[in-house]
Amino acid sequence: MSRSVLMKVYRGEQGKGGLLDYNVPIDDGMVVLDVIHRIQATDAPDLACRWNCKAGKCGSCSAEVNGKPSLMCMTRMDTLDQSKPITVEPLQTFPHVRDLVTDVSWNYTINKKIVPFTPRPKDADGKQRMYQYEVDRVQEFRKCIECFLCQDVCHVLRNHGKHEEFAGPRFLARLASLEMHPLDVADRLAHIKDGASVGFCNITKCCTEVCPEHIHITDNAIIPLKERVADRYYDPLQMLFRVLGGK
Amino acid sequence: MANFTKHEFDVLVVGAGGAGLRAAIESAALGAKTAVVMKSLLGKAHTVMAEGGAAAAMRNADDRDSWQTHFRDTMKGGKQLNYFRMAELHAKEAPDRIQELEDWGAVFDRTPSGLINQRNFGGHTYPRLAHVGDRTGLEMIRTLQDKVVHMNAEIFMETTITHLFKTGGKISGALAYSRTTGEFHLFRAKAIVLATGGGGKAFAITSNSWEYSGDGQALAWRAGAELLDMEFIQFHPTGMVWPLSVRGTLVTEGVRGEGGVLLNKDGRRFMFDYIPEAFKNDVAATEQEANQWVAEVAAGKRATVRRPPELLTRDVVARSIRAEVQAGRGSPHGGAFLDIATRRNASDIQRKLPSMYHQFKQLANVDITKEPMEVGPTCHYMMGGIRVEAETAMSTVPGLFAAGEVAAGLHGANRLGGNSLSDLLVFGRRAGWGASEYAKKESLGALSDQEVEAAIAENLSCFGRSSGENPYTVHRELQDMMQDHVGIVRIEDELKTALKLLDEFEKRVQNVHVSGARAYNPGWNLAMDLRSMIVISRAIALAALERRESRGGHSRIDYPDYDKQFSKINHIITNDNGKMVLRAAALPVVPEELKKFVEEA
Repeated sequence: MSRSVLMKVYRGEQGKGGLLDYNVPIDDGMVVLDVIHRIQATDAPDLACRWNCKAGKCGSCSAEVNGKPSLMCMTRMDTLDQSKPITVEPLQTFPHVRDLVTDVSWNYTINKKIVPFTPRPKDADGKQRMYQYEVDRVQEFRKCIECFLCQDVCHVLRNHGKHEEFAGPRFLARLASLEMHPLDVADRLAHIKDGASVGFCNITKCCTEVCPEHIHITDNAIIPLKERVADRYYDPLQMLFRVLGGK
Repeated sequence: MANFTKHEFDVLVVGAGGAGLRAAIESAALGAKTAVVMKSLLGKAHTVMAEGGAAAAMRNADDRDSWQTHFRDTMKGGKQLNYFRMAELHAKEAPDRIQELEDWGAVFDRTPSGLINQRNFGGHTYPRLAHVGDRTGLEMIRTLQDKVVHMNAEIFMETTITHLFKTGGKISGALAYSRTTGEFHLFRAKAIVLATGGGGKAFAITSNSWEYSGDGQALAWRAGAELLDMEFIQFHPTGMVWPLSVRGTLVTEGVRGEGGVLLNKDGRRFMFDYIPEAFKNDVAATEQEANQWVAEVAAGKRATVRRPPELLTRDVVARSIRAEVQAGRGSPHGGAFLDIATRRNASDIQRKLPSMYHQFKQLANVDITKEPMEVGPTCHYMMGGIRVEAETAMSTVPGLFAAGEVAAGLHGANRLGGNSLSDLLVFGRRAGWGASEYAKKESLGALSDQEVEAAIAENLSCFGRSSGENPYTVHRELQDMMQDHVGIVRIEDELKTALKLLDEFEKRVQNVHVSGARAYNPGWNLAMDLRSMIVISRAIALAALERRESRGGHSRIDYPDYDKQFSKINHIITNDNGKMVLRAAALPVVPEELKKFVEEA
């Protein structure tokens, strides 16, 4: 069954542009990315968008569909109200490049500041041992596909523009994955407190809501990091010991 | 005069999937000034889509395993056309390469004793695939990505290489354009490692993304390097078949590794009807035996009986599904049913195959813990590619190296699942090492601005003309043509037609018209990639026409059986002044000490 849907797609460069209308015939089972591809193949061959795997595994095709940060490849058209126009816009938290593409390079600079994985010495037979129950919680964070939807939705970045100070949910989850890694021995707490500014997060859980991998970013990553920072830096008894100990 | 930015490096790595990143890490670690360029963002390469695992005889899940058995399995899976030395190095070195990933922070699933867990896969005698649920590739690429950013390697994202340059017969540089800005970059380099993956985008039904346009094979061939075994394309037996928009999207072999069975529309478990003579002793003879194998494996025990026939090599399973569909016994959307719901409980399925659960739920509205999936063959992998020397990964052009899917030799006529991820690591490292050693002895070759400017003019010509075809139309028609004439089964007439049609496609590609500006223009980007697709399409069709037999990832209706004559040769494709020429070359002679593993097969 073929029918047409009115798509309003952001076209323009470096933030200068607006929504353009496209009437697109659609088929059963199509996702938003298919519709964008159809527009490219027919009306607008130069319509810019990122995509790769088309199966929710690479995190390239992030955009805001009807205002909601989403992976275009995993958003089925039949989950959207097709009686109204469907808007597709670029992520708002990063500098705009062209059409649906934004400059996400800031994320890579944040990652580079994180002290890399630092393993403890190996066992005598040259192997490392860790158990499934120990790695379960780390594996949750490692499911992250770096779509940066959590960064996009986070109001600390989106509304307050704290890109200089705040690492954002993605990299707090990465820090958590290192801090909770059974083999890792590096200490990143000072960085988590001052470099990544975990304290900026006020637990609105928007990041968790948009995560296509259903990672419990707030509950399982950010809150435990906040607790670790509080234990070291804000525990009154510990503070007293530090003062007395002259540290 | 065209503008371009100049860069100078010892080693330039093209591609940032598993092989490219591993090469860059090695090259930088050995002190070479290294750059990595990639068409997408860092961490998005095709490797992230790999699901099942990385094969290595680590013996964590079954201590009967050994590199010799892995070597034997690889040769047998490749129908003995593999370059034995690559298969030997791969089997010997894969365990260290996997262990190394763990040292860099990868978190694989664990055995009860706390070691890296390994799962069963098609064609592997023992549980051998180190894995993380069904997202092993993501784990691998993230680990390598987080490693490389702390190395002394410069990263150029969203940058496409369009031309390689040589000076005095040796590689000396490459021309690139930034997809983001449309600006040109000249990379002068002493050595170049191609790690650009495959070319499945030349086919209509494929698990591959837009990036897979065969750039590396085409660049290498144009630069005078030899291509090997190009006729062998792996059609993965289980791609999604419905909805149409996700047709071809991969369904991991892990589903079958975890006990999933293939059924036709009558509910018959048809793989028992298609067991090839050579594999008769390797697979279960009855459903009862197959079920016992699944029960033992699911309980975490060592299997004491033979594996289900669903775990035969991919070429066999893909052809069997196709045969069932041809015979009118397919599923409603023209595939077969893949059922895990009645074999394993819901929580096992969600834990072992989380992204498959997710993928079907979200894209097809199918709950795989309750219903069967519909699957069919999808173009997945190129066994053929650039002919390289096993130890250093250098091609026949001095200074030009290749690793991963873009290179050939390891997999012969058919790749075993899981051998790709380990291939990337083993030969990515070797290429990085080979290139940095080579670069130490060389100086930068002189390059004339005129040569570079001519290449830039060629890249921009599609903007200049006032009329011409839409690149998307040409691409779609090329894909349909390749799918119909050079697809999963082939016949002489159609291959000859394909070669004739490719002459026309080549002209059409040269005449496409692109509108808009250069910055982030996917129409222009596709026009560039089409030039590569034409080269590999022709190489595939040419080699497929000459191999008058069926073997592995090459099936001929007119020659349905193995042919002794062809069991002793590889096809090599060369560039004779721009004309593609094919020659047959005798297989390398397997030395005595390895022969016994091969002959056992």
